[in-house]
Amino acid sequence: MLLSDVLIIDATDRLGWLAGRLLADLGADVIKLEPPGSDRSRAEWRAFNVNKRILELDPEPASARARVEELLRTADICLLTPSAAIPGACLDPLALRRDYPRLVVVAIRPFGGVGPRSAWKASDIELMAAGGAMALAGEPDGMPVRVSEPQSYGWAGAHAAIGAVVALFRRDATGRGDLVDVSAQASVIAALSHAPAFVDLVGIEPTRAGAFMTGRSIKGARYRVFWPCRDGYINFIFYGGAAGRRTNEQLVAWMRQSGAELGALAAIDWKTWDPTKADQAEVDAIEAPVAQFFARLTKREFLIEGHRREMLGYPVATVADIASDPQLEARAFFQTVADSADRFCGSFAVIDGERPPLRHHPGAPFPAAPASVGAPSAAGRAGSSGAEGKP
Amino acid sequence: MSAVGQALAGLKVLEFGGYAAGPHIGKVLANFGARTIHMESKERPDGFRIQYPPFKDDRPGYNRSGCFAFFNDSKYSVTVDLKKPAGMALARRMAQWCDLIIENMRPGVMERLGLGFGALAERNPRLVMLSTCNMGQTGPRADQPGFGSQLSALAGMCELTGVPEGPPMLLYGPYIDYVASLLGASAALAGVTRSRRTGKGALIDLSQYECGLVFMGGALREFFASGRVPTRCGNDDPVAAPHGAFLCHDGEWVALSCWSDDEFAALARAIGDGSLAGDPRFATAPARRTNGKALDAVISAWTGQRGAETAAIALQAAGVPAYPVVGMAGLFSDPQLRARRQFRVRRHPEMGDHAYCYPGFDLVEAPGDIIGPAPCVGADNDFVFRDLIGLSEAEYESYRQQGVFD
Repeated sequence: MLLSDVLIIDATDRLGWLAGRLLADLGADVIKLEPPGSDRSRAEWRAFNVNKRILELDPEPASARARVEELLRTADICLLTPSAAIPGACLDPLALRRDYPRLVVVAIRPFGGVGPRSAWKASDIELMAAGGAMALAGEPDGMPVRVSEPQSYGWAGAHAAIGAVVALFRRDATGRGDLVDVSAQASVIAALSHAPAFVDLVGIEPTRAGAFMTGRSIKGARYRVFWPCRDGYINFIFYGGAAGRRTNEQLVAWMRQSGAELGALAAIDWKTWDPTKADQAEVDAIEAPVAQFFARLTKREFLIEGHRREMLGYPVATVADIASDPQLEARAFFQTVADSADRFCGSFAVIDGERPPLRHHPGAPFPAAPASVGAPSAAGRAGSSGAEGKP
Repeated sequence: MSAVGQALAGLKVLEFGGYAAGPHIGKVLANFGARTIHMESKERPDGFRIQYPPFKDDRPGYNRSGCFAFFNDSKYSVTVDLKKPAGMALARRMAQWCDLIIENMRPGVMERLGLGFGALAERNPRLVMLSTCNMGQTGPRADQPGFGSQLSALAGMCELTGVPEGPPMLLYGPYIDYVASLLGASAALAGVTRSRRTGKGALIDLSQYECGLVFMGGALREFFASGRVPTRCGNDDPVAAPHGAFLCHDGEWVALSCWSDDEFAALARAIGDGSLAGDPRFATAPARRTNGKALDAVISAWTGQRGAETAAIALQAAGVPAYPVVGMAGLFSDPQLRARRQFRVRRHPEMGDHAYCYPGFDLVEAPGDIIGPAPCVGADNDFVFRDLIGLSEAEYESYRQQGVFD
């Protein structure tokens, strides 16, 4: 395991759950602090807190505080969402940095720890709005929308995990911890791809394009992305480049073999066709026969034949489609834990040919008594975390 | 592009590939001081240099792409023709120099080039290689090519974006590539951390599809537990009410939500009608959801009389989560992002002054930076091959004469 000698205290709420989950997937021992009696039954909680050990804190504040401080003395990283309700625990980021010089403290906040709006409140919808993602999703003349499954917490958690390991790398080299300041708003900007560059470089502001893709043609043409099929939708785009050329050629060959009407497609030389130079009339003409062809296919037919022909494009999948995908089955992506039949997304990376197994069920408690601290491999930890403790 | 004093100082990274999924990893590492080398060839440069706008002054060119620049600041660019045996020899030599290789070729390509992990690790046992591709290196569809904009559909995100009665919606660009690249950055650094501690390298197989599913983990866990298949629901939320985006007087939108009756009471006071909290139609979250259209009309009437910024400021002052729906231009003027120096202007040799985006986190004691602009293609051949890799003048000249740098 890549981080098998790393101990992490996780004092996060929903905004930061993913950070600890990712680091646990990489092998860190993550102890998640929970208030007494907290609700841990929801699917979302379980999905992002599996693979961590759960420490339910003593309702008595002094006892809870002593327990947390004992853990912090040997911890390498502390993940925090400062708004999380952890009774009795003093988890102020600056105080932690002062008291534990080798500790990497990762503070995950909606708008970060500095700036005029650092104290503003936000949930997923405000963060997707503040980070620009909602401006790019929805019908062009309609309401901006978010993804119905919260995403901003993922963007924040993913950035927090990187920050934690960046600071750990430096700590290994210098002996000093650091405070990692994570802004969920700023983290969401990663979702925008290069859209901000249009404003800065050419003064064009990309906006939401509904079921179409814009920004690829210098003549402003928009390309259809979602095509109705027999049992849902297919995602297909006319691309350029070598991969696009092959896809376009294969699609036309498939349509021809199926006896489909080709229309304007028949006259296109894909070796010279360039999507960046097409105007809207040309795009509309080549898309019309494709819409008729796709309307006859199922999602699975498109997936199988598209793969066989090495085409770009995928069906628009539901979670049910995903849960039965043979590709994921072959790679054992969904995993169970211990003797439970509950299935979860497994560790996100395959390391040296093996997907690290999930080690801890989200219902498995971490021993509450101080004498039972089960820190990993004492020998492995000696060189990595130090024993500076609180003075 | 000095890296002294930054958190990842001393980390040496080599990138094979292009577009977003690989290079975005290297960009983040470079922002914190890793010396990151982006390898291309002049015959086949990174696809982001040539295939997608925006281009400076709308004139395409290898060194005029804002798309390439956005994901390659703070790096060095070298050109090596891997079709030539001498180019392969030079690439292998670079693999001995570096700590981390990031590649996003199709599965099997690196092996066919003689640059597979096994061969490279024989000479550099501490090497960490991260291979990222659509489906992962194994499985029945491992060989399927793909772009992230479409993979976001296969991973369920597009199905859950839009209104119930409408089609799925696009997430801008190769959305899932950035999920994967951020997760990949953590994995790569974890690999390097272990390598530094133990001397043992690692091969990391990153499936962009699987990474995207991590962001869908809650919905998938719910499906496994209950069989429920979620569908897109506009801006509704199962708990919060109200929860949505509301059109404002200035044509902009403000997003807001109330997660408790107390928050709704605060919103009611903020919009000038505290009695709404006691109105049976709105007193509880289920009631507010049942009477959602009436409530939306009340809120819209208020937001319609003021700008989105003004509305958000008033609601936040009352303790209600709210923020304007920030557009792409608005990102550059947003006061919070400006305070964080989210966009930083650097001078590019051909594109002039333009902005680069900083990651979503920073280290307080060892902050990162946009260390330099994106490199022109092959701009750093001399420095990298002579000063970093240590080619002698004779070796360098020999490679040049063989056309390796073309």
